[in-house]
Amino acid sequence: MRASLGRLAVYLLLALAAITVVFPVYYAVAGAFMTKGDLATYPPALVPHRLTAANFGGAARSVPLARQYVNSALVAGVITAAQLLTSILAAYALVFLPLRWRGPVFAVFLATLMVPWEAVVIPNYLTLSGWGLGNTYFGLVLPFLASGFGTFMLRQSFRQFPAELRDAARIDGAGHWRFLWRILVPLNRPSLAAIAIYVFLSAWNQYFWPLIITRTAQMQTLQIGLTSLRNADAADPGLILAGVLLSLLPTLALVVFGQRFIVRGLTAGAVR
Amino acid sequence: MPRPPSSIRPQPSTGGAPIAEKALAWAYLLPSLAVFAVFLGYPLYRTLYLSTHGNDLFGAPTRYVGLQHYTELLGSAQFGRTLVTTALFVLLTVVPGVLGALALVLLLENRIRGVRLLRSAFALPFAFSVASASVVFGVFYNPATGVLNGLLSQAGLGPVDWLTDSHYALVSVAVTTVWLNLGYNVLVLSAGIGSIPPEITEAARLDGAAGWRLARSVTVPLLGPHLFFLVVVSTINALQSFGQINILTQGGPDGASRTLVYSVYEKAFAYGSSDFGAASAQAVVLLVVVLACTAVQFGVVERKVHYA
Repeated sequence: MRASLGRLAVYLLLALAAITVVFPVYYAVAGAFMTKGDLATYPPALVPHRLTAANFGGAARSVPLARQYVNSALVAGVITAAQLLTSILAAYALVFLPLRWRGPVFAVFLATLMVPWEAVVIPNYLTLSGWGLGNTYFGLVLPFLASGFGTFMLRQSFRQFPAELRDAARIDGAGHWRFLWRILVPLNRPSLAAIAIYVFLSAWNQYFWPLIITRTAQMQTLQIGLTSLRNADAADPGLILAGVLLSLLPTLALVVFGQRFIVRGLTAGAVR
Repeated sequence: MPRPPSSIRPQPSTGGAPIAEKALAWAYLLPSLAVFAVFLGYPLYRTLYLSTHGNDLFGAPTRYVGLQHYTELLGSAQFGRTLVTTALFVLLTVVPGVLGALALVLLLENRIRGVRLLRSAFALPFAFSVASASVVFGVFYNPATGVLNGLLSQAGLGPVDWLTDSHYALVSVAVTTVWLNLGYNVLVLSAGIGSIPPEITEAARLDGAAGWRLARSVTVPLLGPHLFFLVVVSTINALQSFGQINILTQGGPDGASRTLVYSVYEKAFAYGSSDFGAASAQAVVLLVVVLACTAVQFGVVERKVHYA
């Protein structure tokens, strides 16, 4: 009986917590399909009385969402690909190649994880504006083409690679380039998947940098577009929630289906 | 399942290596190091440089002013209030964020049906960007049509101006931040619990430890390193929180939710501002505080935190 009561208490607490945590997700989805009437009633409706897709069209007319979707996908895709490439090369050099000052070089990579982006945002803005790259794709992606996070994770993975396999590959005549791309990269797919998901989420969700480096609605990313929906003169919660739902589709999919990869990256010192 | 032991490749020494391989190492490192130099190293120098110079109306540095920006900060009542607000925001987000996640993962340790589904549900906030979470909570906080005031009215209570009342603005932003980061916190601690060897937990159960006693005596101590990591990361994350403040309150009302990072933005970029000298001085203060947190993490982790 005591165990049953304890179990019941656990169930109730978990159910209450789940409702609290999931409700904003639910409301973002349900609200995107609610009519103006449902969203404007007081107290507000929690379940749509009638479903409508009009909010999506309204949001797309208020802000160039389709263009901003492409902008965000392009920026996040380029950043993810570039960070994977630079991290693979750097981690390989740190583990498999003769390198004087290996310790100091690794310390540089670690140091990049400690510098808050906000401490360097002003000079980066001035540099890229000075190069004429404000309000461009180059301006959006250039500062993020490399990072210590991916290198740190891959270095850990590469160091686990059995020495016998490497020696066997060398005896077979595999040079560094072939060993790296034909053997090492395929065998480290789980780590690479974790890095890719994590970097994509970070890039897709970026806010501060796109806010200051872009000026026009056509060049803004989706996250800035959401802010525009909220700041519109007649801010319509249905349009806002429709925009949110659109922005969430790729990241929700990644979190739901890629959760085990995300967990791999969590304790590698990354900061969201 | 502990990973089977495998031989760790000894790192190659540089002595006697062919010159081509040494050059290859630097070639492979060059892309990363170039990005770091241009977008982290040089900007750090320039932030320090700007913080010791005045600037014209367009932000271009003018004459050297030494520590004038810093002394002005130290003498500024507004800056003092900004620091207090920042510290309060850190407390309001880190304490409930870490303790809330800990409570959830401990509850999830009970063997009940639906645990996997629940764990996935608690991870959902991880998918939200700061912008998407902020605009959703902004809809909740709407004084006229928001869900929160709707609930209050159902309970017979009067409406609250969540974002425009100085008593509630900072707390409202903090609640948004706690929710936003809960998914990350739950995943970190779930991974921590997953890394506890099952035999330890089973041995404790056989000794009669269950429920609260198991959590207090075994699970929480073994989660020590992960909890400590989470506290430091959460603190740094709170110090760097910007989007939710910019979207929900713009540091208002009357500076009630202006944090250090928001103040940097306000001085440098908001409403056409370009006071890069003063903004850079505040950015340096932020840098020092964040580096201090990181130093604490590296210092304590090596010496004090209990390891499984």
